[in-house]
Amino acid sequence: MQTAPSIARLRAQDEPPIVVSGLNHWFGEGDARKQALFDVDLVVASGQLVMLMGASGSGKTTLLTLIGCLREVQDGSVRLLGRELRGASADRLVESRRRLGFIFQAHNLHDSLTAHQNVRMGLDVHEGVPESRRDDAAAHVLALLGLGDRATYLPANLSGGQKQRVAIARALVGNPDVIFADEPTAALDKDSGYDVVALLKRLARARGTTILMVTHDNRILGLADRIVTLQDGRIVRDEKPATS
Amino acid sequence: MTRLVGRLLQRLLGRLPIGWLQLTHNRTRLAAALAGVAFANILIFVQLGFLGALIESIGLPYRMMNAEILVAASDANTLSDGSPLPRQRLYQTLAVPGVAAATAVYYNRLDWKQLDGTIRTLDVFGIDPSAQAFRSAEINAELDRLKLSDTALIDRKTRNVPKDLFPSIGAGRSYQFEANNRSITVVGTFEIGGGFSADGYLVVSDQTFLRLFKRRVPGAPNMIFVKVEPGVPVAAVVERLRVALPASDTTVRTVADAVASDQRFQTTQKPIGIVFGFGIVIGVLVGVIIVYQVLSSDVADHLREYATFKAIGYKRGFFLGIVFEEAMVLAMLGFIPGLVIALLLYQIIAATTGLPITMPGTRPLMVLLGTLAMCTLSGAIATRRLERADPADLF
Repeated sequence: MQTAPSIARLRAQDEPPIVVSGLNHWFGEGDARKQALFDVDLVVASGQLVMLMGASGSGKTTLLTLIGCLREVQDGSVRLLGRELRGASADRLVESRRRLGFIFQAHNLHDSLTAHQNVRMGLDVHEGVPESRRDDAAAHVLALLGLGDRATYLPANLSGGQKQRVAIARALVGNPDVIFADEPTAALDKDSGYDVVALLKRLARARGTTILMVTHDNRILGLADRIVTLQDGRIVRDEKPATS
Repeated sequence: MTRLVGRLLQRLLGRLPIGWLQLTHNRTRLAAALAGVAFANILIFVQLGFLGALIESIGLPYRMMNAEILVAASDANTLSDGSPLPRQRLYQTLAVPGVAAATAVYYNRLDWKQLDGTIRTLDVFGIDPSAQAFRSAEINAELDRLKLSDTALIDRKTRNVPKDLFPSIGAGRSYQFEANNRSITVVGTFEIGGGFSADGYLVVSDQTFLRLFKRRVPGAPNMIFVKVEPGVPVAAVVERLRVALPASDTTVRTVADAVASDQRFQTTQKPIGIVFGFGIVIGVLVGVIIVYQVLSSDVADHLREYATFKAIGYKRGFFLGIVFEEAMVLAMLGFIPGLVIALLLYQIIAATTGLPITMPGTRPLMVLLGTLAMCTLSGAIATRRLERADPADLF
């Protein structure tokens, strides 16, 4: 089932949503300067769920933040949704981020806001949506994630899996073109971890959303379309998962 | 209640009232913040009250005289300082066209020893009892009784006197006390209201005054209050008096100008006025610091959430909006208990000190505006912490 594609997505059809080539990145200054990424090339096709694996310090998180417009590109090229990120102004990066969804290791929900209000925050960043539509859209996405009856709960009164699902709803509600997820199952037990990612994959697929996910979690690898492994700042493996 | 305010703010801001939700989420912190703002408000209100009472009390003795113009020594800043004037100035004043009456007033301070050994200070005015120099009909009616030597009228608002003193005098029983080796008989009362330096006022005849203060001489009063003829412009008479009287030893001002300059002098040159001004500054500082503490720790507690919002695409202005929303809420909510408690304190102070401490309608408004400014300043300082919310650190 394909929903009506947005103009952005049509444009993105000419070019894959993520095109990284010759990317190098350093941290620190002077003698302490240390290279984190070496000549990374990565192309992610539209609608794919790509998992980034690697030991800590392998550079996978750095790569995610660079493609996710959260760090300045120093050397090489990152094209996201048809736009070059290298040399982009801070405002341009913010504009680009508004077309993305973010899911973090910890749910990072605002503890003073209800589930519904947290999801709305993912929508309120977009201008020109009427007030009533926002409330409906937020309620709709929460219902899709099976949290329709938890809309008025504060995060403190939700279980870990429920909180992560609210965070996913917040990432999905703005209809992003790409979702960046950083170890979304780290704080969850085995079953709810798998269920949450499976649900995310199903909803993203229905919308044609691309997902780039950093993970250590072997239990969810079977859900990936592609697994990219980094080691010491280089891509060392790029494979389809073994069908389990 | 919280919901209602939340809805109202949502309408007002056109976004989720995140600041309000954050503040009400942690009730203990909110209560502490409001107590802090209220405390700062009370401090400022009380200092303003004292300052206002000082300013008000300075004008009271001037306005007691039925006069438009004051002729005083050129070195006099208040009613109680400055050199005596040559008596000749009184006759020169009376000779100026447009002057209906001129009254020479002698001033001195008197220590009044109470039966229990404590000392009250009184501001004593000596005047010619045959001149109807006062504005109050009450005093004018009593002036005849001052023609008897060593008699006096006393201010009913004099502080720290035996409770039954004024009712007893009012009932026609005179009261005697000794001062400067003379026995003074208090035969009647009037009302001015105490100031900050003396406990009350005493009015005596010029003859009694000169007997009471042996070093004062008849030829040298402290000031001359001038009544202008009806229909004659006061400014014109002031001009004529300035020409007629030598500027070397005399200044001529309208009573209103004299009051204003006395108030200016006492609030800016005398320690008492400076103390109250300083108190206001301290109140503002306390408020700024408390609100800053609350807002900045609130920002620090939510850095993760803010970084998340930044990652999603919210810009700096959005976060500034949250902090200022909180600042405004604290200012408004803290002001209400601050004002209520200040009004109570005003009543207690007025009752215990007899000072003319009142709440003019403009003062709450000014303090509210000041509180908003104070909270905005704190908010502005607190927003510097927002820079630490870096979305790249979330990973």
